This record gives sequence, C-alpha cells and structure tokens, in this order.
Amino acid sequence: MRKTDIGPPHYGQFLPPVIQANYGKWRYHEIPRPGVLVHVAESGDRLYTVRAGSPRLLSVQTIREICDLADTYCDGYLRFTSRHNIEFLLTDPAKIEPLVADLAARGFPVGGTGHSISNIVHTQGWIHCHSAATDASGIVKALMDELVGHFTTMALPGKLRVALACCVNMCGAVHCSDIAILGIHRRPPKINQERLPKVCELPTVVASCPTAAIRPTRKDGHDSVEVAEELCMFCGNCFTVCPAMPLNDALNDGVSIWVGGKVSNARSEPAFSKLAIPFLPNNPPRWPEVVEAVTRLVDVWAANARHYERMGEWIERIGWPRFFRMTGIEFTKQHIDDFRHAETTFKRSVHLKG
Amino acid sequence: MSDKKPTPKLDELETGPWPSFVREMKRAAETSPMAEGLLGVVELSYEDRVGHWKHGGVVGVRGYGAGVIGRYSDVPEQFPDVAQFHTMRVNHPAGWFYKTDALRKICDIWERHGSGLTNLHGATGDVILLGTKTEELEPAFEELTENGFDLGGSGSVIRTPSCCVGPARCEWACFDTLALTYDLTRHFQDEIHRPSLPYKFKIKASGCPNDCVAAIARADLSVIGTWRDAIEVDEAALADYVRAGVDVRRDVCDLCPSRCLTWDDKTLTIDNAACARCMHCINVLPKALRPGRERGACLLIGGKAPIVSGAMLSSVLVPFMKIEPPYTELKELIGKILELWADEGKNRERVGEFIQRVGLGSFLEAIGLEPRPEMVKHPRENPYVFYEEYFEEEPK
Repeated sequence: MRKTDIGPPHYGQFLPPVIQANYGKWRYHEIPRPGVLVHVAESGDRLYTVRAGSPRLLSVQTIREICDLADTYCDGYLRFTSRHNIEFLLTDPAKIEPLVADLAARGFPVGGTGHSISNIVHTQGWIHCHSAATDASGIVKALMDELVGHFTTMALPGKLRVALACCVNMCGAVHCSDIAILGIHRRPPKINQERLPKVCELPTVVASCPTAAIRPTRKDGHDSVEVAEELCMFCGNCFTVCPAMPLNDALNDGVSIWVGGKVSNARSEPAFSKLAIPFLPNNPPRWPEVVEAVTRLVDVWAANARHYERMGEWIERIGWPRFFRMTGIEFTKQHIDDFRHAETTFKRSVHLKG
Repeated sequence: MSDKKPTPKLDELETGPWPSFVREMKRAAETSPMAEGLLGVVELSYEDRVGHWKHGGVVGVRGYGAGVIGRYSDVPEQFPDVAQFHTMRVNHPAGWFYKTDALRKICDIWERHGSGLTNLHGATGDVILLGTKTEELEPAFEELTENGFDLGGSGSVIRTPSCCVGPARCEWACFDTLALTYDLTRHFQDEIHRPSLPYKFKIKASGCPNDCVAAIARADLSVIGTWRDAIEVDEAALADYVRAGVDVRRDVCDLCPSRCLTWDDKTLTIDNAACARCMHCINVLPKALRPGRERGACLLIGGKAPIVSGAMLSSVLVPFMKIEPPYTELKELIGKILELWADEGKNRERVGEFIQRVGLGSFLEAIGLEPRPEMVKHPRENPYVFYEEYFEEEPK
C-alpha cells in the first residue's frame, strides 16, 4: 500500500532529553560568547547552543560531516535556524570549546548571535531559478567573505538582518530587512510570438499585468498580446503565467539595494525596506559594486547608530536627507515612489531634519 | 557523455573565510553527474550573466499536485545530466530539530535518487532536495514516506507551515508554536498537497513579538505570541543587571516606544496598561523581565512579498486568542477565510490583495468577525463612506 499524506515527522522525537524535560519551562538565556547561547530552565538545567554559518546549499557529504559533529559533541541532536544557520545543542559545557575548534578547522564560522550580522537569507538565483535577475549564492558568498567579522563578533549597534532575493517574487521575503539585496529586471518581456499561442492562455496573460501594460492583439495571423513598454515595471508576473514572455537580459538585469526594514516589533513597528540604490550591475563572480555598497552601508550605520538602534531606527532619527549625504548615495527620480499609494510616502510637513 | 567542464569563475568563490556553495557543488559532484552538470550550468550563467533554467513544466508524484517544482535546462545539449533538474520540497519537522539518523536517511535517499544537493532550508521552511529527473520522483517519494517524511507545499496551496523555536528553547514563547504548527500541518494535509486555492497561502507561527520567523512580513496568516496581563519583574535579577553595569534608564526606559517604564535608580515601575508589548525591555533584561502569565497570540492577515500588486505587512485580525489544543477556534477561522477567498478570490490574488479589493470591513462581515479598533492605526479619514442600504419614505 502506497503511503501518502503522512505529514512531517513529529518534532518531539528529535528534541534532546534536556529539552523534553524542560519544554516550556525555560527561565532566561545568556550569550556567553558570540555564537554560543545558554538557556537556563526553571529546574536549573542548562542547554548550550553553538551556532554556525552555512552556505545554505549543502551537499549530502557536508550534511553527513555536520551529523558526525553532532554525534561526537551533542548525542546526535541539532537544529537549523530560519536564516540557514546550524545549531548544535549541548548539555556538557566542556564540549563547547572542542566543538568550536572542530567547526573552525572545517571552515564553519561560529557566530550570528546578539548584535551581529546573522546569516544572509537568500534564494536560488542562477543555481535553480527560472526568473532570477541575479545570482544569490555568489553575492552572499562574496559579501559574507567581507562581513564575516560582524558574524563572529557582536560589536554592532544592534541586530543587522541582510537578505537577498534574486527577483521581485522575493521567495526570501527580503522586503523587511535592515539591508535587502534585490535582483531586478529593467527590460520589458521579449515576446516569443511563435511559442506564445502554444503555451499561454491569453486572457490570463492580459489579466496578469498589474499596470495593464499587456493588451490583446493579432500577430502573424493568430491571437497574441503586445506590451505597452512605457507601462512595464518588470515585475515578471506575466512570465510566471506565460513562459513565452521572458525578462532575463544580461545587459539590463542587476541588483538594487534597500535599507531600514525590520520584522521584529521590538521598539519600533515592523517596517518595509526602502530604496537606497536603484541599480548595480551583475558582475560575477564577486559583484564588487554590490559588496562595496553594502559594506559602506554597514560601516556608516555601525559608526553612527546608538546602542540598540537598528538601521531603520537610525535613519528615522537622523532623517533620509542626512542618510543620503552620509552614505554618499545619489538621490534620484527612482527613489520617489510612483506605484500604488505612492503619495502616502511624500513628505507632508516642514519637519525637515539635518 | 560527462558534463565535466572547467569552472574558472566559480573557482574564485572557493576562496575566502565564509563557507562556499561552490565547494558543496564540487563535493556532490564527486558522486553525482547531476551536481557536475549544475557546476557547468552555473559557470555558464557567470559567463553570460543570465540564468539557464526554463520556466515551469508540470511534474509531480502520483495523487499530489504540489511538492515538486519542475525544472529544465535551456542548454540541455551542453549539459545533458541536468536537462531535467526538478526540486522536491520535503516537509520539515516543526522548529527544524533533527536527530542525525533522520538527516542521514534524507542524505542516503537523495544520494540514490537526486543530485546530492539540498537547501537546509528553503525560505518557506521545507527541506529542499535540489535536482532530479522525472523518473526518480516516485521512487524518492516512496523512500521518503517509508522513512517518515512527506512532501510540503508548492503552487496554489496552503504552503508548509513553519514556526520559531518556541517553548522548545525559548523563555519568551507565549504559546506552543511547534505543537500548533504540527497540528495545523496535519489538519490541512489535503490543502497542502492538492492545489484548490486562488494562490499560495502561508501560515507562520512566532512565539512572541520578536517574530523570529518573520511571520508578519511573509505569512498570509501570522500567528504571533503576546500576553494580556502585566510583565513579570524579578527584582533580584534586575539588581544583578544594575550591578553588572546595565544602564536601565538609557538602554531600557528611554527606548521604550510607549514610555511606560520609569526607573528611579532602585525600582522599575511599569505602566502595563500603556505597554505596547514590543519586547524591548524583556530582550535587554531576559533574567529580570518576562511576558505576563495570560498568554496567547495576535492573529494578523495578509502579509506578502511584492507579486502581484505590491508588498504588504500582515494586519491585525484578532487582537488576542488563546492558542490551545485542539485549536478549534483558529481552525474554524482559517476554514472560513479559505472558503471565502477560494470562492471570491481571483487567480493569483493573495488573501491580502483580496482584502484590499473587497475592503476589510466586508471581509470581516463575510467571515463573521466583529470590527475592532485594534485593527486600524486610526479610523477612516476620507468621507466617502459606502452604505449598502438606505431608507425610503413609506408611501402614505
């Protein structure tokens, strides 16, 4: 009999005994050193967590190596975080030092706790996605090579959450990050007139466009669509419903940088990221323009923000005009919103800072 | 014919201190021709600066309409081993906890049936098994279910629910995020595996307002823990923090968004009626302060990324609900929302966009919820008010 719809394995069987004994009865936690947490239960039991960065894309060989570490130091118990970090769960504090040393020897940095940059949430990019305007893993690798010092220490003013999505589908939901790196297309879809009637349903294609740029027409004796190019904002929704309308384009695809978003409710309310840099070119393998721009943003924030102040809270305090001056980023027409509810983002007072 | 080709550009990303995804592809390529082919395809993308994966393709396992993403290369003649490179989404255990024997089983299955490459984890939460051929899907699925793993969601379904670490390891969890996630996932298996909705529907559970799984930004239904009574204060632990040099006035009181904390160098006074339950003071002083005892969750609705009509944050739907098994109230509410949106929503219209179109007031009426002042930042400013009915003078 073929098994279906069994659902996920019950998490209970994967919880180490110390968690089973103290589930829901944790008292407080501390961060004795970057990348290491200790959670103390009402009972006095202590659970240690060692957090290590991963490249998200993992081979089965490396997962087995991680399993070997968990078997050696943690009785085989481990977990992953929502930001692709690996967490080793220990009860014996004497094993922390050897585990950290073992991780270092194998090239896994330990950190990502407290006021640090955590691992960069990212999408598939050119490794696996059909609508990617940029790569994901490559930019993250190049950037984290530069920022790893902020992962392994906790000297930043507050938490720094960086995320990358390779197109506006935002599978990584980067729209609420301190710094968001977003792949964008800048050329309207190229219609494959021969393929379109075979693979696309025309009313669906027309309805898919949020700005009504796609209109029915006749082409070479068959029903088809045309694109009013001046209305196209390159969202790719038409491509998702109609593969004969690709947007990928080496000359026009690239990266935009967004700042000041957050999801946590701590202090300020959750907020969207706002546009900082409209476009940077794809320049593999190390995307020097993107790495330089993000590093500069981190440096300026780190040097000027107050204790606990996240990127968006800092900008809110100093004002956007001063943010653009301090970072040396040029303010352009693209920075002014012109989509839905755009006018709610216009400045409607003379409370002008800086 | 082997796909092995030189990869000079990718090789540059093997250097440097951060763990390299290129090393992962090369490790997998030691035993998998598919992983070798992937190296070639990505190197080609690095040369010509576009992706080389074709759009779509309907593939799956028998009886399911979700859980597998079809993927085909647009350069199959150059890289025949990755001409097909489908992804399987595997429903993760709540909280992403594992025992190594379970992870090793997944590794063995994926070594036999796929490229040996994975994502731990994808952004929705699933284990992503990256790259296989159509004929391997059914055998892989069979071995996964034999070993206790099922597929997650893709397409127009309830997507794999996910949650923060919750009471398993966090002192701030205001409800059992893992138990709820597991229960909802089991309850909605059919809606996860078989597309029947206008578009995707994501459910995420965070145990406190810190929202470690970004539910408010990423979930159509965000379940975020909160409390209704007073923050608990441990005076002795607070004194320890002060002795250790924590500046309570500067780092706690002055940063409180509702200014409900006062510190007179000895005593912390909290005006709990004014507290916004933001977590800042508790985050700074985890030993001394904790969420109150009357705990539950705030339900929010409509969060999403930009596609189609722009990004949205979830907004308050139910200010406070007790979250306890068997979760009947929550399940009934989700059922009503899905039924309405499935009937009235347009193709590729997320529930947040649907609410924008019909109005939150009408939406509430349709699912049988009373309007509450907590749902808005402030009442309406514009005077164009819709009324569905009006009075007529009775004829004399």
